[in-house]
Amino acid sequence: MDGNLNALTTVFTEFYYWVTVVFMFLIHVGFCMYEVGASRRRNHMHTLMKNVMVIPLVTVTFFFFGWWIYWAFPMFPFFGGLDLEAGAANLPWAETMGPNAADRITGVFWAAFLLFSWTAASIVSGSVIERIRSSALWVHAVLIGSVWWIIDAAWGWHYGGWMVKYLGYHDAYASGVIHAIAGGYALGVIAVLGPRIGKFAKDGSPRDIPPHNPWMLTIGIFLIYTGFWGFYAACNVPVISPEGIGGEITGTTWTATNIYLAPTSLSGITFNFLMSLSGGLMAAYVVSKGDAFWTFSGGLAGIITASAGNDLYHPVQAMLIAAVGVVIVYNLHFWVERKFKLDDAVGAVAVHGYAGVVGLVIAGFVLWGAPSSPYEGYASINPLGQTLGAIIMFFGLGFLPAFIVAKLQKAAGVLRIPEEVELEGLDYAEHHAYEDAKQAIIEADKEHLSKKLTAAE
Amino acid sequence: MSTIGYESWAVDMADVGPIYPLQGWEFPMVVIGVLFWIGWHRIQFVREHKHLEQAKQRALDHERIEQSVERY
Repeated sequence: MDGNLNALTTVFTEFYYWVTVVFMFLIHVGFCMYEVGASRRRNHMHTLMKNVMVIPLVTVTFFFFGWWIYWAFPMFPFFGGLDLEAGAANLPWAETMGPNAADRITGVFWAAFLLFSWTAASIVSGSVIERIRSSALWVHAVLIGSVWWIIDAAWGWHYGGWMVKYLGYHDAYASGVIHAIAGGYALGVIAVLGPRIGKFAKDGSPRDIPPHNPWMLTIGIFLIYTGFWGFYAACNVPVISPEGIGGEITGTTWTATNIYLAPTSLSGITFNFLMSLSGGLMAAYVVSKGDAFWTFSGGLAGIITASAGNDLYHPVQAMLIAAVGVVIVYNLHFWVERKFKLDDAVGAVAVHGYAGVVGLVIAGFVLWGAPSSPYEGYASINPLGQTLGAIIMFFGLGFLPAFIVAKLQKAAGVLRIPEEVELEGLDYAEHHAYEDAKQAIIEADKEHLSKKLTAAE
Repeated sequence: MSTIGYESWAVDMADVGPIYPLQGWEFPMVVIGVLFWIGWHRIQFVREHKHLEQAKQRALDHERIEQSVERY
């Protein structure tokens, strides 16, 4: 770090990303609370453990190969080979992948992307509760968290990605690269996994399976909102000089940028985060006729719909786009549920997947002609590029691999828990230690009571 | 043509102001936003009134009210 200004900028950027990572941890806390709240009492521990173990499994695999994929895959395999030079500094044995006085950014940048990986895996985790084997889900978690989503990030969320360059793909806060792909992936798994016992009546009509603890869901989703705010900040480069970008920007004025190194501001995205949250909540309240959980989820779906263009939208546009997205997403969820008899336990396919797809397409129209990148020779943002991008995210990298892997798991008999266990509850079937210990201490207290104390004492 | 007024970022950021689509249409956009907000209140007032009227009819059942009071 030569020069005080350079040192200050580097340390500020390091600290900035570190803070966003801490905030984003709340997304996972929120997902855990939401899933446990939505599950029935007999499945609590299993549901919690299933999502908690996503953290270490995705973390270590993201260290071993996920992070390298991001740097090596921007043009691979359609428009070039692996970028081994950029990838070299991000291999797990590289000197920059550890405490290194000459590099203060790689660790916090790696962690910011890693937290996005947890989110992608956790979105899938919610939709499959109460009937998937943990072993099966954890394979999916590694695949979506450390392989598929990070390939899409290399293609469409990297300043040199082929989707950005040739399609003009624009997805500033990850409508597609996190949410559409994770929603599509969840759909691929539940299409093979099947619904929970009792979800559909004999005539095919769906039954509601109410959450056992609505307040836990409420706090969970508010924590997700909070973490999502940190996520927005993490998607920006907080401050950079025109020379630092090395693109076409002239003059000497420094700026904040989005992930593509194109100008935006933290102030602008703060407007849009809150206005799209509000538009989503208002539309969801109306369309769900005041249903609490769809209203809360609608807030999230609103932000997700507007996220592709929230670096550039006017706040009123962000609010209206969020509202439109939520109406589409809500109706699509129930249509798909009835038509295909799919049991998405937390509405993840709709809130993340459909909202992400709708958001990408809308951004193509509203931001038509805007530059997707500060570099020369890149396509500008357009509806066709955004629609193709949405298809690649939802179907190509999300639904398809999930469907194939889930089919293989089903054929091997390792996808779904046995019917008897599903009815008994996974906590009683899998977590003997806790249940046995509880039973033992109750028996011991009863015995003590009967021997030592009488009613008068 | 670009909806944000810039087709390229080959500019000096010192000279750049708004970068959102439909610049110059801020006031009409706010009018649409306000209509959305007022419309929301209208829908909510009508729905809540209807809901409470139906709830009132149900509440004429004295035994049902007693059960609700008992439930706290």
